[in-house]
Amino acid sequence: MSIHNKTIAQLSKGLNSGEFSSVELTQHYLDRINSSQLNAFITVTDELAMEQARSADDKIAKGNANILTGIPYAHKDIFCTNGIKTSAGSKMLDNFISPYDATVSHKLNQAELVMLGKANMDEFAMGSSNENSYYGDVKNPWNINKIPGGSSGGSAAAVAGRLAPFATGTDTGGSIRQPSSLCGITGLKPTYGRISRYGMIAYASSLDQAGPMTQTAEDAALVLNVMAGFDEKDSTSAERDVEDYTASLNDSIKGLTIGLPKEFFSEGLDDEVASQVMAAVKEFESMGASVKEVSLPNSAYAIPTYYIVAPCECSSNLSRLDGVRYGYRCDDPKDLEDLYLRSRSEGFGEEVKRRIMIGAYALSAGYYDAYYLKAQKTRHLISEDFKKAFKDVDVIMGPVSPTTAFDLGSVKDPVSMYLADIYTLSANLAGLPGMSIPAGFAQNLPVGLQLIGNYWSESKLLNIAHQFQMQTNWHTKVPQGSE
Amino acid sequence: MQWETVIGLEIHAQLSTKSKIFSSASTQFGAKPNSQACAVDLGLPGVLPVLNKEAVNKAIKFGLAVNAHINQRNVFDRKNYFYPDLPKGYQISQLDWPIVGEGEIDIVVGENTKTIGVTRAHLEEDAGKSIHDLYDDYTAVDLNRAGTPLLEIVSEPDMRSAKEAVAYAKKIHALVQYIGICDGNMQEGSFRCDANVSIRPMGQEKLGTRAELKNINSFKFLEKAINLEVERQQDILEDGGEVVQETRLYDAVKHETRSMRSKEEANDYRYFPDPDLLPVEISNELLASIKADLPELPVEKKARFIAELGLNEYDADVLTSQKSLADYFETMLIGNESNAKLCANWVMGELSALLNKNQIEIQDSPVSAQELSLLIQRIGDDTISGKIAKDVFKAMWDGEGSADQIIDAKGLKQMTDTGAIEAIVDEIIANNAPQVEQFKSGNEKILGFFVGQAMKATQGKANPKLLNEMLRSKLT
Repeated sequence: MSIHNKTIAQLSKGLNSGEFSSVELTQHYLDRINSSQLNAFITVTDELAMEQARSADDKIAKGNANILTGIPYAHKDIFCTNGIKTSAGSKMLDNFISPYDATVSHKLNQAELVMLGKANMDEFAMGSSNENSYYGDVKNPWNINKIPGGSSGGSAAAVAGRLAPFATGTDTGGSIRQPSSLCGITGLKPTYGRISRYGMIAYASSLDQAGPMTQTAEDAALVLNVMAGFDEKDSTSAERDVEDYTASLNDSIKGLTIGLPKEFFSEGLDDEVASQVMAAVKEFESMGASVKEVSLPNSAYAIPTYYIVAPCECSSNLSRLDGVRYGYRCDDPKDLEDLYLRSRSEGFGEEVKRRIMIGAYALSAGYYDAYYLKAQKTRHLISEDFKKAFKDVDVIMGPVSPTTAFDLGSVKDPVSMYLADIYTLSANLAGLPGMSIPAGFAQNLPVGLQLIGNYWSESKLLNIAHQFQMQTNWHTKVPQGSE
Repeated sequence: MQWETVIGLEIHAQLSTKSKIFSSASTQFGAKPNSQACAVDLGLPGVLPVLNKEAVNKAIKFGLAVNAHINQRNVFDRKNYFYPDLPKGYQISQLDWPIVGEGEIDIVVGENTKTIGVTRAHLEEDAGKSIHDLYDDYTAVDLNRAGTPLLEIVSEPDMRSAKEAVAYAKKIHALVQYIGICDGNMQEGSFRCDANVSIRPMGQEKLGTRAELKNINSFKFLEKAINLEVERQQDILEDGGEVVQETRLYDAVKHETRSMRSKEEANDYRYFPDPDLLPVEISNELLASIKADLPELPVEKKARFIAELGLNEYDADVLTSQKSLADYFETMLIGNESNAKLCANWVMGELSALLNKNQIEIQDSPVSAQELSLLIQRIGDDTISGKIAKDVFKAMWDGEGSADQIIDAKGLKQMTDTGAIEAIVDEIIANNAPQVEQFKSGNEKILGFFVGQAMKATQGKANPKLLNEMLRSKLT
């Protein structure tokens, strides 16, 4: 097996047994990145990577390495990295060298991982196709004419294209799960508050959550062990102990009750995607799980609710990008208003501007009650639906995306694009953990199965996913050209 | 037409916490520009606010001190607008769920006590400072102040004159210092007042259109600015015009107000709850412990001064009007417990006169409370007379030493030696026969002549009481 097809768990063994060094491993991935056509990276940090790899090898040689020492990864360019450009996929921050580390960056550094570079993404995490990046489209490793999904499209393509053993992602409305599904990898969005948001450039603060994007559930557990935890710098992070997420991977899932929300299998869902999802559910049944239909009656409101809440928050979160202190500033502003207007008009892309406008409108005097407050109410109802469902079932399953990856440039209408997240938004609105795991192919493109768990049930989700991956080999498939 | 003035005040009190309300940067005044602004204060991408609990505790203290309802669940909101000294493009403030709800405070104007309603008080962060006159072509921005905790105290429109507004502002100013939540330094901007002013025909219930006056940094200017605005509004209305709702800037140098922005130009702040901060939950235990730790409030102190020290209402009110004044007075009382009225007279008389004349704050007085206390003790134990004490005090003020040193050095100790005084009295009586005759024939006033002669002979050191008694007995 090629070294780059190994999972983190396998690489860790190889590093610690001296089969290969982190320097060799890192160089191998850097070479692959440099010859890749996927445009998965905005910045490749080769020098830093080699330095971190040498230091990791040192630790390994001295016998004081931890399980992830020396493992390379791609870091979504939304996480601030001290001394390294942190662009969030935007022209606005093209010149921004972060003077500090995000908590996640810090934790990964502490765990002695090797950062290969900063992964491409939709600008400020707004998008479902990675076509909104200032740094160009990312291509799907399974078919380079297809989108990889978004917004963590660079991360997903990097892992699927075997340019990194894992990548970090962030998920505000599906940005980990949807590209994971479209690229055929494993992606986990934990419960809101499980991973610190400090230093993660905010899109929609009440929805944003970081998570690992990996080949396997076992790898996701290993990485989550490092990323998770309370952070006093993030008031919304949970003061809850971090479990060892690998501990229950091998538990039996006999007797598991799976809930299938009928609303997730309605019109708009591609038939082939539906049949792959149902085949995966059948597989679980054969493993001793039972299936129950559940209803999430308010999930129909997920899209309108999300497209009020997220734009409202982003319209305010992105106000700091004003051309005054850092980031893009227009040439020769004639006065303050001109500086604001042109810096922001020239610095932000279309989709970002669209969402800022929607949000500013929805928050403005006279509209606040009708939009923002109403959206908060439906958001509450959506959460209540899940609470009710989890009284009867252990996990909810369904498709991640209504279709497989579509052609680059084929979806022009923003509202059609928003439908790509129809099944993923609810988990963010409710703050629940969700996963995408590879579950087959349709039209020669990967199909993901979505798992949504109750609050703080990451261990359970990883256990369910791992058990599935012990029985199936969808997660081991490698795109042609990436073998 | 008879007009009635209606005033409400918005006071911004800077809370005296060590670090900022949402970051760990220092709040100290006067540091090098932008040296006290951390990543959070600069509004860098990705940073998050973390609430300083000390700011919450101080806000609760204020609420309890004005007998207000404390909202045990309160919420931070974002107030969105663009300005270069507002790094995030929004100010974190509280709109619908402020920490302090309705309360009240009494003011005294002339003979009358009046209760002024406090509508609410909420926590917010201060913005940075834009400095427009430092460079020709640029505006400089100093973000040291950005994120400094403020308590915005909003009053009901209960005040009917500039005098009442000043009395209220002074009461709040004294209160925040009493309870130790704000240093009250108006020059440094730790205590700022905005005034909402409107007028209406006497007897009309409906409020007139108001103007908000900003940039007022002293009580004197507050009074001037309000009176100026009342005149301006009267002139407009009496000329048949209409007052426009607007924000006006007070210019203390030119003594004028000018329009800053009208209601139409006002920002739509697009308030919404800050998703980076959880609602603040205040437990009953915290409330109880802050209540228990609350120092004696001015109103309580005043009552005690009247009941226990026997001061009159006026004296007690003046002495409790500022914490520094009350502290000075209470320090002086140590050793002079039975002479409270004398201490009060000295603080409000001799000391205040010199402080005012030299424009010195009482906490910076060259004669400390302990030093003045010793001087009062010397009056109390008859070492010197009250009259001599005034000279000693002036010498103390000029730095000539302690009361005792000056009394010794200048030999001002009162003569209480009966024999010595008697010798002087006898001599005066012997040398002034005509005056003795006048006294004996009923001219009581002539006694003053003998006292004066005796004082002259003793350089004022004769114990006046002793002298009087002796003269009377010898003359009759």
